[in-house]
Amino acid sequence: MVDLTTRYLGLTLKNPLVASASPLCEDIGNIRRMEDAGAAAVVLHSLFEEQITLESHDLDRYLTHGAESFAEALTYFPDMTEYNLGPEGYLDHLRRAKASVDIPIIGSLNGVSTGGWIRYARKIEEAGADALELNVYFIPTDAEMTGAEVEQMYVDLVRDVKASIRIPVAVKLGHAFSAMANMGRRLDEAGADALVLFNRFYQPDFDLEHLEVTPTLTLSSSYELLLRIHWVAILFGHIRPDLAVTGGIHTAQDVLKAMMAGARVAMMTSALLKHGIDHLAVVQKELVTWMEEHEYESIHQMQGSMSYRSVAEPAAFERANYMRVLRSYALRTSPKDPRREGNRSAMRAEPC
Amino acid sequence: MSRPTVTIDGNEAVADVAYQVNEVIAIYPITPSSAMGEWADQWAAEGRPNIWGTVPRVVEMQSEGGAAGAVHGALQAGSLTTTFTASQGLLLMIPNMYKIAGELTSTVFHVAARSVAAQALSIFGDQSDVMATRATGFALLASNSVQEAMDFALVAQAAALEARIPFLHFFDGFRTSHEVMKVQPLTPEEIRAMIDEDLVRAHRRRALSPDRPFIRGTAQNPDVYFQAREAVNSYYLACPTIVQNAMDKFARLVGRSYHLFDYVGTPDADRVLVLMGSGAEAAQETVEYLADRGEKVGLLKVRLYRPFSVEHFVAALPPTVKTLAVLDRTKEPGSAGEPLYLDVVTAVIEAMAAGRAPLCAAPRIIGGRYGLSSKEFTPAMIKGIFDEMTKVQPKNHFTIGIHDDVTQTSLKYDPAFSTEHPETIRAVFYGLGADGTVGANKNSIKIIGEETDNYAQGYFVYDSKKSGSVTISHLRFGPQPIYSTYLIDRANFVACHQFPLLERLHVLKTAEPGAAFLLNSPYGPEEVWNRLPRAVQEQIIGKKLRFFVIDGHKVAREAGMGGRINTVMQPCFFVLSGVLPRDEAITAIKAAIVKTYGKLGEAVVQKNIDAVDRALDHLHEVRVPAEVTSAFDLRPPVPAEAPEFVRNVTAKMIARQGDDLPVSALPIDGTYPSGTTKWEKANIALEIPVWDPDICIQCGKCVLVCPHSVIRAKVYEPAVLDNAPTTFKSTAARWREFANLHYTLQVSPEDCTGCTLCVEVCPVKNKSEVRLKAINMMPQPPIRDQEAQNWDFFLGLPETDRRVLNVGQVKDAQLLEPLFEFSGACAGCGETPYLKLMSQLFGDRTIIANATGCSSIYGGNLPTTPWTVNREGRGPAWSNSLFEDNAEFGLGIRLALDKQGEYARELLTRLASTVGDELVRDLLNARQSTEAGIREQRERVRILKARLEGTDSPEARDLLAVADALVKKSVWIVGGDGWAYDIGYGGLDHVLASGYNVNLLVLDTEVYSNTGGQASKATPRGAVAKFAAAGKGTPKKDLAMMAMTYGHVYVARIAMGGSDTQTMKAFLEAEAYEGPSLIIAYSHCIAHGYDLAHGMEQQKAAVLSGYWPLFRYNPNLVKEGKNPLQLDSKPPTLPLEKYIYNETRYTMLARSKPDQARWLLQLAQEDVRARWKLYAHWAAMPVDGTSKEGHHG
Repeated sequence: MVDLTTRYLGLTLKNPLVASASPLCEDIGNIRRMEDAGAAAVVLHSLFEEQITLESHDLDRYLTHGAESFAEALTYFPDMTEYNLGPEGYLDHLRRAKASVDIPIIGSLNGVSTGGWIRYARKIEEAGADALELNVYFIPTDAEMTGAEVEQMYVDLVRDVKASIRIPVAVKLGHAFSAMANMGRRLDEAGADALVLFNRFYQPDFDLEHLEVTPTLTLSSSYELLLRIHWVAILFGHIRPDLAVTGGIHTAQDVLKAMMAGARVAMMTSALLKHGIDHLAVVQKELVTWMEEHEYESIHQMQGSMSYRSVAEPAAFERANYMRVLRSYALRTSPKDPRREGNRSAMRAEPC
Repeated sequence: MSRPTVTIDGNEAVADVAYQVNEVIAIYPITPSSAMGEWADQWAAEGRPNIWGTVPRVVEMQSEGGAAGAVHGALQAGSLTTTFTASQGLLLMIPNMYKIAGELTSTVFHVAARSVAAQALSIFGDQSDVMATRATGFALLASNSVQEAMDFALVAQAAALEARIPFLHFFDGFRTSHEVMKVQPLTPEEIRAMIDEDLVRAHRRRALSPDRPFIRGTAQNPDVYFQAREAVNSYYLACPTIVQNAMDKFARLVGRSYHLFDYVGTPDADRVLVLMGSGAEAAQETVEYLADRGEKVGLLKVRLYRPFSVEHFVAALPPTVKTLAVLDRTKEPGSAGEPLYLDVVTAVIEAMAAGRAPLCAAPRIIGGRYGLSSKEFTPAMIKGIFDEMTKVQPKNHFTIGIHDDVTQTSLKYDPAFSTEHPETIRAVFYGLGADGTVGANKNSIKIIGEETDNYAQGYFVYDSKKSGSVTISHLRFGPQPIYSTYLIDRANFVACHQFPLLERLHVLKTAEPGAAFLLNSPYGPEEVWNRLPRAVQEQIIGKKLRFFVIDGHKVAREAGMGGRINTVMQPCFFVLSGVLPRDEAITAIKAAIVKTYGKLGEAVVQKNIDAVDRALDHLHEVRVPAEVTSAFDLRPPVPAEAPEFVRNVTAKMIARQGDDLPVSALPIDGTYPSGTTKWEKANIALEIPVWDPDICIQCGKCVLVCPHSVIRAKVYEPAVLDNAPTTFKSTAARWREFANLHYTLQVSPEDCTGCTLCVEVCPVKNKSEVRLKAINMMPQPPIRDQEAQNWDFFLGLPETDRRVLNVGQVKDAQLLEPLFEFSGACAGCGETPYLKLMSQLFGDRTIIANATGCSSIYGGNLPTTPWTVNREGRGPAWSNSLFEDNAEFGLGIRLALDKQGEYARELLTRLASTVGDELVRDLLNARQSTEAGIREQRERVRILKARLEGTDSPEARDLLAVADALVKKSVWIVGGDGWAYDIGYGGLDHVLASGYNVNLLVLDTEVYSNTGGQASKATPRGAVAKFAAAGKGTPKKDLAMMAMTYGHVYVARIAMGGSDTQTMKAFLEAEAYEGPSLIIAYSHCIAHGYDLAHGMEQQKAAVLSGYWPLFRYNPNLVKEGKNPLQLDSKPPTLPLEKYIYNETRYTMLARSKPDQARWLLQLAQEDVRARWKLYAHWAAMPVDGTSKEGHHG
């Protein structure tokens, strides 16, 4: 019997499969099914500070719009005694999720203001979350803002939140940092208990018929895993925080790669949306089969086994790897139709 | 004051007591009483118990008549029951009031007294409605102030239970119902102590019950009716004493003492006023002022007007009285005198004759009218009356407060006379509805009332327009009790919260010398002076005003408040007025912010607090120069080229100087000229749409949706451009038929409200910069003058010949001249585009019967009217009868037109030899189904008239009088859902059944929009509305389905944003249909709670979700063997929640009661599914009645 347990954010998890933040988590029944299908923990969908603020402002605006203007209609709506505008709905959901399952429930927070991050982090802690994932979704569109400022913002945020709550804190990051390894270290110093790599951002698409920008988020594929395991493998062993992979985990092979790169857990969202919650059980079964076939005893045994510091050729993670790929690309390309051939070759290329 | 105090308005004060002493409350909204029902409904929704610990049952009825019936029933079944109403609403209750009184039933109706519609509707206060109930047998008890309204609500209830006579407790609409005053509330213990439980049980014992059955409400014959009617006398005789006893008990319990008639003044007064209502407060202030100065004057306040106690009345008069002036706040045309006057005359003469009057001599009694429709009633006027009373022959049946230069009834008075107490701070604020000024001032007066020992009063004057409306707030506070039931005309603080108002209104007219003037100004203390109009500079210098500026909009913007400057201006007022020390004021304001906005979330609280914190740093005093420097002055209210009536009369009203108009200036019968909105340039849009001719495809959608008719299009010969202004835009017309013509899309810059519906609906995008469309919003001020010039030039271009247009196409319809323009409807209104379209299509031959509501207000509220005329002088003729009878009113118009047409045709036949056989034949056989046909018939009628002019016979003269009826006329019966679904439904149903050729247009906003968003039967399931605070639980009434079941009624359900083509088809078919037509038009509304710029998109979502299926039911199709029902929209593709959760009326339920919202959403989604299935089934049925679906299924 292989040992699937892993440690993440100070929690002992029965296996490395974590259901990540998705609309599926908005339903308690789904969370129960996730537990039944084998999820070791669930990261809830995010509490969006911006949304709460926006709803407050909207309600304020529209409840008073046109009021006190015309003698016959001094208001247009009845005065409700209270509005469930704050995070209460989310916190209530978190409490119910905790009460419904035995596996850890990790809250997720997407803030916009320092005050908001801290305030809502505390509330999530008070509501009983086992840990908190900070979902930092920041697009630096301001040309005046430097990379250093962006990085400092992350660091300050983690430090502030860590100083405010006692439960472990994970930070979900995007991949667009100039110096990811250094960033990992700085977040480590700021107190992060885990780094979750990587956030997948909405991409603006264009609707050519209506000349509109349409934000889209397509489901991930295993292909996207490569970027994640690359950076997990580099960071593993160099920083204290646990590492988690999110984005591109679809199969047991994906989980294995994540573990070998050094992740403590592999988070699944797109696969569950695509194949259903029961897919967790399929992956777990395949994971066990693979491990048995390859005579692995435990997940722990493989964690980090193919990380930067553990592989025979660390250069594979560095620029040399890039050079080698380029060279192999050039060699396989037909001089007559380099573009088409090149594409075909690239498609055939195995991961290094 | 040792007792606790609250600062509330009269409606809340009364509702608070009425709610606590009743268990059934039947309500219906009508201004100014609506708030009482709203409070009751809200408290019930919150689970607030009455004094017996149970939550009253509050039910909204379909009309006041319905409410009175429900009250009558609940009373007969033994419940303590009440209702609230005013004006026409009270009139609808009268039949039941006779019954309730005849059956000696204890109840209290609370009435915010309001004018009854006569030559015009008025929402404002006088006692003509109450006076119309004098004969019902109800006791009539008058309150004069907010405190009294609260107290008498209880006294009336206690007395009604004991006297077994129903009470009508009334107080002046707006002046008392809406005045915010610091009062001492009654405790539940005091209320309980006033209500005798034995009497309550006795009331219950008198109820109908099958356990002890009897019958009540029999029919009686000549043998006994009379005697039975007299059998109640002893109860009426006992009533005054019972009321006085109740007042005495109240005085013992609460400490405030009242009498049936309360006298104020010198004990040896020779001149005494008699009146009731809020005017008595101003009279008391004046009498005390004059008495202090040695004048022998007094005031007798009438409390219990019915039953009128002669004995108590004469006993209350000072024996020394020589002259009595009895003032009525009502008019009874043709009477020997107004009601209170007649009662006083009778009382004095009877008492004198019987020797029971303790008076030294028979006084002279004169009567007068004052204060109709909330006309100001001031100490100056009261002094004028006292002065008149000193004359040897004082004027009787006088009026005060107006200038009657026709029948010379009015008294002269010195408007400079003032009794304002020097210690009372008087502050006047000018703002716009949208900027939150009134809200902030209500807040301020509450803070002052509750945080200081000052007495406090707030009164607020609103606009007759719904968009860009000006508000004026009047705040008084100080250590002396406040009896000033009139507007402030000597302010020691004036604030102008909107800089542009300086050019429109005399904002400093009321400032007294040395007053503080606070101006929200985009210009700083150094720059502002030269931006002020001359008149303003003159006032500042002349009155030595202290002048302060703040850029409130900048501060508000920085604090994230948008255009709401309320919390920026409020701390400035507190600091400048000195009512509280600065820090205390700021603390109090912030505490009020937390209280007001706390439930809307921390973000909202924080932005308001930020605004307060930033405000005072931006407040600057201006060093006032010694000289007037400005080169410009206030803008004239209308241009010089306006017609005479507009210049002489309308302009005064626009400038808020309508009070100065003499009687002779006004039409005698409520008739006013059409098309006057064009003269009133509101200039309320900060940004206006600007046309890009290069990318415009000339589709006309922007013209179609513009709610204010400010975007117009014309095609014309290029030659006319010779004299065009240089900035006038023109391009080649994109019509095959108009290949060589030019096209212009022009915006009226000064009439636009900036709603942006047009931009949202524009389907074109600029290929180089997709944010740009064929019309784009640009700041108005820099292009105002140029575009105004272009607009004038554009209007001068010839109109397109209607005969060459395909009026069924949106593209062509944009070229039809609208005969409805620049209404005062809300910016982005969803109703007005339909009316405008109707006016474009049929306006020159239309008579409109308009139900009371939004459309009658923006359509017919003075000073100006949007219904206008074309170059031939033709245009819609418009009238409003009532709220409840509009369908019948319209049918009457149809009957008259039909009868006149019939008579004209009969006369034509009789006069054929005179008129000419051929003309007669053509006139009789004319086909008028097209524009050309109608035009030809008009020409024939013109010839007919010309021929008749020379014929001097009675029949020829008759034919001349009715000849116009030979041309097709279109009757449009227009109203909202409150009318069509509720109060007017019975009449609407009857008119549909009648088969007559009328067109009923229901502008369905799904709520009583005009009175502030009360639920109607059109309100959808799951939406929150007043009287449906928990979300309406039942589905919307399917009026269309009900009408279709007749089979002979043309029915269309339309939504312009869903399909403009279908909308146009429906209008054309409805008008062409020779029978009753019903169009139900989805009208987005400010009461739905979202940015109306997206109104058309939201209409589309309503259609896509299947919530608002588009269809037309045309009975004519049956003759063609077709199914009369055609579905014009596709099966639902959008989940209902994607549509409804764009609107606050739904989201507020999801926020406040999420489980309830989820449940109702589920039901509402099922409603949509079921209804679509039903419609689809019906539409698929062949005319023989068997269903295609049935065959499949």
